[in-house]
Amino acid sequence: MVEFATALLAIAAAFVLFAVVALYRVFAGPTIHDRVIAVNVAGTNTVIAIALVAAAFDESVFLDVALVYALLNFLLSIAFSKFNVEHGGVL
Amino acid sequence: MTPIEWAIVGLALLGAFFGAVAAIGIVRMPDIYTRAHAASKSDTLGAVLTIAAVALALESGLSTAKAAFLVIFMFLTNPTAAHAIARAAEDQGIEPWTREDDS
Repeated sequence: MVEFATALLAIAAAFVLFAVVALYRVFAGPTIHDRVIAVNVAGTNTVIAIALVAAAFDESVFLDVALVYALLNFLLSIAFSKFNVEHGGVL
Repeated sequence: MTPIEWAIVGLALLGAFFGAVAAIGIVRMPDIYTRAHAASKSDTLGAVLTIAAVALALESGLSTAKAAFLVIFMFLTNPTAAHAIARAAEDQGIEPWTREDDS
């Protein structure tokens, strides 16, 4: 019988593994947009892993970290895509 | 484990499945647009399911509200970011992949 917190930590570990798998695309490219979208997926998986760790340890402080990380992740994608377009009208 | 804990682990496992789908899509798809498709849809669904499990798991009302905010935020920002990146790629003249490119 697995313990509840252990199960949540195992699922968080799976999400970290998926983030590492997405980093292959950051390495392989071929365009800058592929890399940015792969970094976005890795960041999303990191947010999920942080939230799962918060649930496993019953520490709601980690949720604030996850919220800020999600904000920064969104900002990174938008900033990169705006930076890559000359007139800046991507949204 | 209690039934509610089984429900939490089940939701999180379902989210992990969609996270796996997103990771496979990112690695295996042929061009930026199909990769953006895999990343935005599967990963958003995986995030929403898993953070819903976290919202169920946390006891106090404030942390449940924080998790709910995280769900709403993920639902809004993740597809927006993927849309912006795909649009920037289109703006730079990257052609979508077709079946002829493969042969």
